[in-house]
Amino acid sequence: MWKVIGERAVSLVVTLLVASVGIYGALFLAPGNPATLLAGGHATPAVLAAIERTEHLNEPFFTRYWDWLVGVLHGNLGQSFVYREPVTTLLAGRVGNTVFLVLYAATLIIAGGVVLGLLAALDRRAGAAITVLTSVGLGIPSFVAAIALITVFSVKLGWFPVFGSGTDLLSQLWHLTLPAVALAISWTAYTAQLTKAAVREELGREHVETARSRGISRRHVILRHVLRNAMIPITTVSGLTVAGLIAGDVVVEQAFGINGLGSFLVQSTLQKDFASVQAVSLILVATFVIVNGLVDLWSLVLDPRLRAGRA
Amino acid sequence: MNVLEINHLAVELPVEGALRRVLHDVTLSIGPGEAVGLVGESGAGKSMASRAVIRLLPAGAVVHGDIRYSGDSVLAMDRAALRHFRTHDVAMVFQDPRAHINPVRTIGDFLLEALLERGERRDDARAAVIALLAAVGVSEPERRLRQFPHELSGGLLQRVMIAAALAVSPTLLLADEPTTALDVTTQSDVMVILDARRRERGLAMLFVTHDLELAAAVCDRIAVLYAGFLVEDAPAGDLHRNLRHPYTAGLLASRPDPVAPRPRLAAIPGRPLSAFEVGAGCAFAPRCAFAVERCHLERPELRALDAGRVACHRAEELAGQLALSPTPGGGE
Repeated sequence: MWKVIGERAVSLVVTLLVASVGIYGALFLAPGNPATLLAGGHATPAVLAAIERTEHLNEPFFTRYWDWLVGVLHGNLGQSFVYREPVTTLLAGRVGNTVFLVLYAATLIIAGGVVLGLLAALDRRAGAAITVLTSVGLGIPSFVAAIALITVFSVKLGWFPVFGSGTDLLSQLWHLTLPAVALAISWTAYTAQLTKAAVREELGREHVETARSRGISRRHVILRHVLRNAMIPITTVSGLTVAGLIAGDVVVEQAFGINGLGSFLVQSTLQKDFASVQAVSLILVATFVIVNGLVDLWSLVLDPRLRAGRA
Repeated sequence: MNVLEINHLAVELPVEGALRRVLHDVTLSIGPGEAVGLVGESGAGKSMASRAVIRLLPAGAVVHGDIRYSGDSVLAMDRAALRHFRTHDVAMVFQDPRAHINPVRTIGDFLLEALLERGERRDDARAAVIALLAAVGVSEPERRLRQFPHELSGGLLQRVMIAAALAVSPTLLLADEPTTALDVTTQSDVMVILDARRRERGLAMLFVTHDLELAAAVCDRIAVLYAGFLVEDAPAGDLHRNLRHPYTAGLLASRPDPVAPRPRLAAIPGRPLSAFEVGAGCAFAPRCAFAVERCHLERPELRALDAGRVACHRAEELAGQLALSPTPGGGE
């Protein structure tokens, strides 16, 4: 078991390193010279050279990458060219909103998806309705959902605010409900369909037949044997959901005017604020990789056969 | 009173929207402590028959006839009665323990579940289960409780399944080919244990198998199933001495003889019919070397003969003619 965990941990670190090279390098391929940007567009070659020197822009790629990486590992994400402030300071006020939004959406997705999927698999009539519903839901992109939700619930009914992210927990919950729903719709549908398929498959398994033959109550058969075993494929796939949530988060934050990492990433990209883009990208990739690592660990907990190293 | 009485049991299953008959006519009873072997080829309906007893048929199955446990109709039981029946009176040992035991829960969970389900105290249940594991020849029972199914061999796992079945102290044991999925070397060990523990506790058993010789060795009576019909029911000791049904004779003849091997395995000519393919006459008639016109037209009823029952129009005439050799004139 520990050997398996060790292997996963090593591959996690390697993945992060490779990703960091990619993120740092990608911006070098982007058009435009950061020095020109810093100088404000009209600068003499002498000024540009001075800027390149102070910002270490003329050093070789790997030297600069190494400096950046060491900085990142010490919690220093660099200096924003645009705001003239440390990126960490800029992020500090925004991370909370994004984390809240993503966790809120993830909760909706897992709870909603598993319940709907289970219902669809166990009840024929509800199943037909849920299948139609989830097929439609699967096809709704989050930006369309965002516009529809704002139109109905904010503009027409006035139940929720049109934009913003709230200050204390309750107002945050109120502000972020529509964004979380917009973000969750298609993933909930996806999780529901996946759960339905997994539960159906488990229901037909021989060991479930054994449990029924022993007079185990239907509730226990479903909870301890069907759902318990179906959690394995559901868990595996929900790791991938995180990638979708991160991508969707960027769109939804823009649509609802939420001051979070997603909207910050879009602004920074438009303003060619290299350090900020690098920092946010790295955070998003690291989140994805780490969450998937945790999902892997959770799979080990759920499935004893994987613990034997037979994955 | 008989532990189990099956009367004209017929089962239909929905296949592609239409009901298809998988079991035509089975009448069978098992007395207290009696072991009955239900023998037949694949598709003869033996698993269906045993599953019908515990109401474990696929959704949409239509059951005709009557099944009684100690006089109570199993088919008429409501949910609570069925649960009581399954948790107290009957237990089933399945063919493939690897598939029939939940792979992600421990052996202990599996063994204790049925006992805890009916409200027994965990400590008592645990002690009982540990004693049972030892009784079915599982070493280090306490450690096994913490292990997972994939950590045990097939033979060991089948012993666990047997222990689980015995744990509820049933009156009736249903064993559905309990050794078929095991290595040949462990088959006999498991069979010996199952047989010994059953006799010791005086359990009635319905032993489903395709192996006529094995059934004859561990059972008091043998019931032979062909294409969904019960064609013969005879005391196990009678089977070799007194053959009544041509199909049973064919089955016995087609088993390889380890003592005097023949150059070529004998086989019953033709292909075994599935239950739904059966025509108006005797189901075995198309493959029977002794079939006459009547056999193709009229279905033989199961009737008493000597110490058993047989469903063959010509049973009396053929007495003594059926031998353990391949059916005469039945070559390809």
